[in-house]
Amino acid sequence: MALPPRLVLRGIGKSYGGTRANDGIDLTVMQGEIHALLGENGAGKSTLVKIIYGVVQPDAGSLEWEGKAVTIPDPNAARRLGIGMVFQHFSLFETLTVAENIALGLGTDEPLAALSARISATAARYGLAVDPRVHVHHLSVGERQRVEILRCLLQEPRLLIMDEPTSVLTPQEAEGLFAMLRRLAAEGCSVLYISHKLAEIRALCDQATVLRAGRVVAACDPRVTPAAAMAELMIGQAMAAPVRPARPAAGDAVLAVMGLSLAADSPFGTALRAIGFTLRAGEILGIGGVAGNGQKELLAAISGERRAGENGAVAIAGVACGQAGASARRRLGLAVVPEERLGRGAVAELSLTENALLTGATREVARHGVIRFAPLRRFARGVIESFRVVAAGSEALAGSLSGGNMQKFIIGREMGHAPLVLVAAHPTWGVDVGAAQAIHDALHALAADGVGVLIISEDLDEIFSVCDRIAVLHGGHLSAPVAVGETSVEAVGLLMGGLDAA
Amino acid sequence: MRLERRASASRVMAVLAPVLALVCAAAGAAVLFALLGRDPVSCLHTLFVAPLEDANGWSELALKATPLLLCALGIAVGVQANVWNIGAEGQFTMGAIAGGAVALWLGPTEGWFVLPLVLMAGVLGGAAWGGVAAFLRTRFNAHEILVTLMLSYIAVQVLGWLVRGPMQDPEGFNFPQTRQFEAAAMLPVLLEGSRVTVAAVFALVAVPLAALLLGRTMAGYRIRVVGLAPGAARYAGFSENGAVWVCLLLSGGLAGLAGVCEVAGPIGQLTPSISPGYGFAAIIVAFLGRLSPVGMLFAAVLMALLYLGAEGLQITQQLPLAAAGVIQGMLLLFLLGADVLTLYRVRFGGVRAHAKASSHG
Repeated sequence: MALPPRLVLRGIGKSYGGTRANDGIDLTVMQGEIHALLGENGAGKSTLVKIIYGVVQPDAGSLEWEGKAVTIPDPNAARRLGIGMVFQHFSLFETLTVAENIALGLGTDEPLAALSARISATAARYGLAVDPRVHVHHLSVGERQRVEILRCLLQEPRLLIMDEPTSVLTPQEAEGLFAMLRRLAAEGCSVLYISHKLAEIRALCDQATVLRAGRVVAACDPRVTPAAAMAELMIGQAMAAPVRPARPAAGDAVLAVMGLSLAADSPFGTALRAIGFTLRAGEILGIGGVAGNGQKELLAAISGERRAGENGAVAIAGVACGQAGASARRRLGLAVVPEERLGRGAVAELSLTENALLTGATREVARHGVIRFAPLRRFARGVIESFRVVAAGSEALAGSLSGGNMQKFIIGREMGHAPLVLVAAHPTWGVDVGAAQAIHDALHALAADGVGVLIISEDLDEIFSVCDRIAVLHGGHLSAPVAVGETSVEAVGLLMGGLDAA
Repeated sequence: MRLERRASASRVMAVLAPVLALVCAAAGAAVLFALLGRDPVSCLHTLFVAPLEDANGWSELALKATPLLLCALGIAVGVQANVWNIGAEGQFTMGAIAGGAVALWLGPTEGWFVLPLVLMAGVLGGAAWGGVAAFLRTRFNAHEILVTLMLSYIAVQVLGWLVRGPMQDPEGFNFPQTRQFEAAAMLPVLLEGSRVTVAAVFALVAVPLAALLLGRTMAGYRIRVVGLAPGAARYAGFSENGAVWVCLLLSGGLAGLAGVCEVAGPIGQLTPSISPGYGFAAIIVAFLGRLSPVGMLFAAVLMALLYLGAEGLQITQQLPLAAAGVIQGMLLLFLLGADVLTLYRVRFGGVRAHAKASSHG
């Protein structure tokens, strides 16, 4: 193979204040190679890819692109070299259409019609079904990801960086993505694939580099290295088996949804159709389904952000509250972890202490409408400590935390209010292995304490490993919940596709 | 040369921007004076220094800063919730009308309760005018920027009609004005021989109260969450409509208080022109003061100085009063320009860096 490597990093270093985010990192990505970058939150993965994408400048080390030394001063320069990146958090304008968003990203003067045709052609070629005329705010997370990928593909990249791409996809969608990535690689494009899902890395990637605490701890061939060994390299210690404590038999109904129907609140939204299920104390119920099948609407209808037509459609601990607002439902014992962390679950511009108040205005912290910061700060510090949230203290702005740490904080905050029912949407989206396990353990512990836990997730692995019963949302209709032991991934996959296995 | 977004807003620039804007506005004013054939140096002296050369100037400064500060505090609380009250001028006018009506209705009645009734009527009048905008926004989704602005013109027309009609002084030789208010309905003067009333104390007390409201109460917290992240407010169960009502009633009430304090203070009666645009200038004060209550205190004093200086220019340099409006406008324009620097930094030679990257590629 006379081809020079696509990208070589030598001794890359980067410090922020006192912390060394990257320390002497060497990395070689060959042409047409799918290269996995593994590591816990804070291991330095994002700093490294930001350096490659020109967002951040390294303090030390050198970059070599196809055999020539380069500096990448900004993302424009990276794109000109042929580097494309799909971020974990999307940068799309909600009020613009898919084609308009892509046009902005490309910065072209190409007529929108011609661009739309090009988008459709590329989409068809790689099996990424997206209508260029749809406004982005109508798209699910999975569909938005396709837009981001298409934006990169239209620039004909020679290195595509993917940050945790499968966390929002169904098994079938993930397979589609892998097929697309394999096809890209076969055409000679290199892929730098950031993930912590070891099974998919083993199935997809040719080479893996493991980071821990800013350093490369290992480079291995994931096709032959066992998953447990890679996990150990990543965490630096052997993985504990998931704790699934023995639970009392499911108790009384803590959340009952009956005949809940709700019209779509936007032209491309999903109407909920006669949804009914009962969540008992001490059980974990999972609701699976492909993004955009009514998950957002169901969560809003349960949380009280949208009110039901009938008061009896939702009952918490036996109290009908379909027409009550979010605060009233929270007082009945409901806690909600929404899908969007910043802008919904937390306010980026406020500190963690102030964010603790968002759902925690109890008498203790807000007496006569006056905020008492001392107990609030203690509460925030308690959450930070017990969930090992990596943050510069309780006064750090929520926006300064990584996605995984923000998620741990929000889940910790909601659990800290001693709820009867906890509803969590995508509890571990974009969260690393260690943190995901901590979150799953906490959910199990909560259920063991007699709390009813409802998980709305598109991650089937998660649902199968955590939940007692599973139901599937498709087209605004919820299938009857079945015990995990009595169903299979295939049967659930069929329900997700709208086909009833029975 | 190009602009590059900063990772986080620069605190230094946030404080420096108003100073920079003031310097630029002063330079712009100097050019304006030169174009009008005046000596820029002596004009700037008249504008910024001369008003402060005697005790009377300082008291007039406090007099003019008071309504500006009261209106600005309300506007700034609203901006935190993304509620843009552009019509403090109208609420100011309605407060003056309501307070004035009570003062005239009570007539020669003596007693300690007269003045509180007059002031309360002023606050309620301003709040009611703000409430109209809140109702139209929450019921019909009519945006308050437009509604409050248009309501200002209506309020000024109503005042003009009242002082020429139902409320006109029958012994006033047909001048468009009401009777003088009786002493019991007038605010006490703070310093003998000046026109400064206890209204200045109201404004000073309102500064820490506004800071407490925003920083330490649930109501202020809800207002900030609604403004920063409407999605998080819905999730938390904070009502956006509630925040709209609170902000418009509060800022309307403060503007109404400012209005009644003007007519029950230095003016002493209702006339067609009770405000030299305080309600509009207060918008500039709010942003010049970085929406911080203490910052707005300084900004209100600066804006009051501009008013005094402009009067001086009118007298000594025969410049039209519109010159003051032009300088106020420049100040806001330069402030908005300078604010770009708090979020962005200027980078030189960006184009060369591009060229370097592509030559390697």
